Amino acid sequence: MTFDVYLNVAVAGILTGLVYGLMALGLSVIFGVVRVINFAHGEMMSIAMFLAVVLFSAFHLDPLIMLLPIAAVMFVFGYVLQAGLINPFMTRPEHSQFLLLVAVGIIIVNVLLIVFGPDARTVQTSYAYDSFQLGPVLVDASKAYAGVAAIVFAAGLFAFFRFSLVGKAIRACADNYTGALVVGLNVNRLYALSFALGTACVGAAGSMMTLIVDVTPNLGPTYTLLAFVIVITGGLGSMAGALLGGVLIGLTEALAGLLFTPSAKSMFAFAILVLVLLFRPQGLFSKRAT
Amino acid sequence: MTRIRINRRQLLAGSAVGAATLAAPALVRAQNGPLKVGVLLPRSGFEAAIGQDCQRGVDIAPPIFKSLGLPELTIMNGDTASNVDVAREHAEKLISDGAQLLVGAFDSGQTTAIAQVAEQKGIPLVINIAGAPAITEQGYKFVFRNFPTAITITADGFANQKEIFSIVGVEPKTAVFMRVNDTYGTAMSKGVAALMPKFNMPYKILEEISYDPAARDLSVEVAKAKATNAEVLLVVGRLNDALLMTRELIKQRWTPEAILSMGPGWYEDQYFKTLGKMSDGPISFVPWFDPNKKLAQTLEAAFVKAYPGSNMNTNQVFTFEALLVAADAYKRAGSTDPKALVDAIRKTDITDNVSVGPGIAFNAKGQNDKVKDSAIQNRGGKAVTIAPKEAANAKPEWPMKPYQNRA
Repeated sequence: MTFDVYLNVAVAGILTGLVYGLMALGLSVIFGVVRVINFAHGEMMSIAMFLAVVLFSAFHLDPLIMLLPIAAVMFVFGYVLQAGLINPFMTRPEHSQFLLLVAVGIIIVNVLLIVFGPDARTVQTSYAYDSFQLGPVLVDASKAYAGVAAIVFAAGLFAFFRFSLVGKAIRACADNYTGALVVGLNVNRLYALSFALGTACVGAAGSMMTLIVDVTPNLGPTYTLLAFVIVITGGLGSMAGALLGGVLIGLTEALAGLLFTPSAKSMFAFAILVLVLLFRPQGLFSKRAT
Repeated sequence: MTRIRINRRQLLAGSAVGAATLAAPALVRAQNGPLKVGVLLPRSGFEAAIGQDCQRGVDIAPPIFKSLGLPELTIMNGDTASNVDVAREHAEKLISDGAQLLVGAFDSGQTTAIAQVAEQKGIPLVINIAGAPAITEQGYKFVFRNFPTAITITADGFANQKEIFSIVGVEPKTAVFMRVNDTYGTAMSKGVAALMPKFNMPYKILEEISYDPAARDLSVEVAKAKATNAEVLLVVGRLNDALLMTRELIKQRWTPEAILSMGPGWYEDQYFKTLGKMSDGPISFVPWFDPNKKLAQTLEAAFVKAYPGSNMNTNQVFTFEALLVAADAYKRAGSTDPKALVDAIRKTDITDNVSVGPGIAFNAKGQNDKVKDSAIQNRGGKAVTIAPKEAANAKPEWPMKPYQNRA
């Protein structure tokens, strides 16, 4: 096999990994601040995917253009969910939170099955079959657009947390809960806001993911698992770690499929997870132990 | 006027006789009523589209059976959810709910699980579609298959390939083999490896690439296949894989000389509808219908009427034929007793059928070893038969038109 083949596959893996990373970023934001592990994360992404599919099939609205509106809808959904349903569980044992979010995930899958049925749905954009020739590399246009959009969205989120007052307040809340209360921050509101930002991330990722994969209601649990693999590899609670973890997993799956057997490519992602848990449990890109 | 006196004992005896007389027709009705057939298909999950495609064969059957003088069937729907464990559970549930015969289940892995349940419970199973040879090699007494095994499909496929090569005057020297990594794909892989030398095929398989049956992205797999520079792409998969693979072939700008599919996926309506012009070209080697048979024409007419704009395919043909076997056996058995039904199925001899070959009859293992396969090519949104010669209605197009020139 020539070097070009490895390069092509690596580029495709990195681009897919960026979208994975954005999805996992949402999980990391939620855990980093609210300290709730969202077991309905992939299912929430499948809501966003179906929103993108419906908007495309009804109005021919490109998922890339609808990325922000869908993220906004998911933001509201996340805010309402946290404030109305999850917040009362904040002081309860972790297994109660776990069961609550697993139940939310199951409900989402079944509602989507009832509404849309089990058939795979696709978004057939005008550039669905396009690819760019960049020297020896053939880049899938849909993956390229999705990857770039993921970088832009993640950069916006980083900037929000770093430079805006609300972002700083959320970080303060995540760093020192008691301190945040002492200085008079509305912690409950900030929790809901953080959860909403996490679901907005997953909304944006879901919208972009429709360019890469066919959409079915049963995708949710698979992506929840994938998001966990990524954030644990990158570092639970680390935003940069989630994005880089996504790229690492995307790249690993792609190259493992090429070098070994494609049907076992997921095995390598899980092998990395096991190694990380054994030798660097705080994650590859996280400074502190969680 | 004579006064009739009836004592208490006479009244009781009379009541008992009356009750028995009234009850008798009900008992007779129960025995001659519709046969309860549990139809297990992957109606959800990654094989849902094909499961629902099979269901169309069930839906159009009743009026045809009526015209053939066959008894009515009561269909009990079961969903395997494209999952072996769910298939097993739902087979058990259908039987406990009163199913007297099972039909299903498109997928070899799921069908294997259902066959175990059917054998254990002593309820006949008529397999509509499932190619793994092992299913009818277990010594089962209640399992019947009117569908060629992976070995027969492969053997017929190679024979039909050689016929095509001779028609187009081309003998490709290299191929890359992409297959789904499940019971069916593995069985087909073994079949290809065993039969290729026997048929003295002109091409050599440069690499075999297996992939996850629930794959959401086949970009790596197609890149790997493209890197072999093979002339021909040999595939064993299903609809979802066929769609993913075709998209990647287009994006990665690779049009092999031919796509030779040794199974389903590439001729289903959803493949044509989703890909439009990009669906043209692939050749499938599959169990198909004989367009010259009277019942095939009847079934196709009913199908087109029920589903305008759709094309009849393997899924409807063999699901319909599985029900045909059930109805025919029930008519001859005259009973819903499983043993009587099994005896009747074993003696099946249907010559007025739909699929290619002399008809439907089962050998001692419960396998119809007379059923034959065709080579069909996608052309203008439908499949035409290009081999065997006696069933062909079009000539093969070789090589495939490049995807990049189809805008």
